[in-house]
Amino acid sequence: MKYLKFIITGIILGIVLVKSEAVSWYRIYEMFHFDAFHMYGIIGSAVFTGILILQIFKFKKIKTIEGEALAIPNKEKGIVRYLIGGSLFGLGWALAGACPGPMYILVGTGVLSMLIVIAGALAGTFVYGLLKNKLPH
Amino acid sequence: MDIIFESWPWYISGPLIAMVMSLLIYFGKTFGMSSNLRTFCSMAGAGKKSEFFNFKWQDQKWNLMVVLGAVIGGFIAHFLLTKEIDIQLNPITIEKLESLGFKQIGKNLLPPEIYSWDAVLSLKGILILLIGGFLVGFGTRYAGGCTSGHAITGLSNLQVPSLIAVIGFFVGGLLMTHLILPLLF
Repeated sequence: MKYLKFIITGIILGIVLVKSEAVSWYRIYEMFHFDAFHMYGIIGSAVFTGILILQIFKFKKIKTIEGEALAIPNKEKGIVRYLIGGSLFGLGWALAGACPGPMYILVGTGVLSMLIVIAGALAGTFVYGLLKNKLPH
Repeated sequence: MDIIFESWPWYISGPLIAMVMSLLIYFGKTFGMSSNLRTFCSMAGAGKKSEFFNFKWQDQKWNLMVVLGAVIGGFIAHFLLTKEIDIQLNPITIEKLESLGFKQIGKNLLPPEIYSWDAVLSLKGILILLIGGFLVGFGTRYAGGCTSGHAITGLSNLQVPSLIAVIGFFVGGLLMTHLILPLLF
């Protein structure tokens, strides 16, 4: 039963991303043409709310459900990996119209051809693992 | 109740996404969907080929449960909470897509020109999906996160690396949308 809360959190995520149309290829295309505020509103209001909640968590020294101190890991310093990796990700995001959350969500909406994108993503992750030590980070 | 069946506005959806992130942090975890790709590779035995996949994937079961939930959530939202898909895109966007030969724009979540089996079962069609997926998988691990880990969690936690990654997302996305997609369609 300890996993139930994660399943429920995932269900909320899936419902919100479908009902907000953030999983839609069309919405992503529109975003990259700067034709609508919708996606910027979603990401912007998520980040705005997220900053508020995390500041409250830190200020109030909120503990996790298991009573431990919150650990929100900081990202490692660097520029190259974020810029190059991020750009490659962006190319794929705008082509397939799906990032790693929506990929699964869209399978749930009945788009089975999304499994091919997931197969590609697994291959990409695997190849990164093979090349990791040879790439600039 | 009709409001549930319509598309949800950004100012409801964005804060709900922040709530999902906060819940996972409250549960002692973090919001990062792309990590599951690494977990799946590890489960399939990729640890024999690269140290990168040599970790106790069982510790990531919680995140696989988030994936399971996401699939169920997608099903519920699409089959139970949606009557008809009619995405209210900017008419200018629709014109641009029409000029690329797209039809029935906004009547599905994904364009049939890319995701219908007719489109997929051609060399071009399958390559689009495989290469798109490959770039997402490779890029997200290289950048150490995707939209959930960087754009939502990282920016909420005021991380400069995440800001750089998000700038990268846009560099790639703009290149694809403005230069490469018009060559493909």
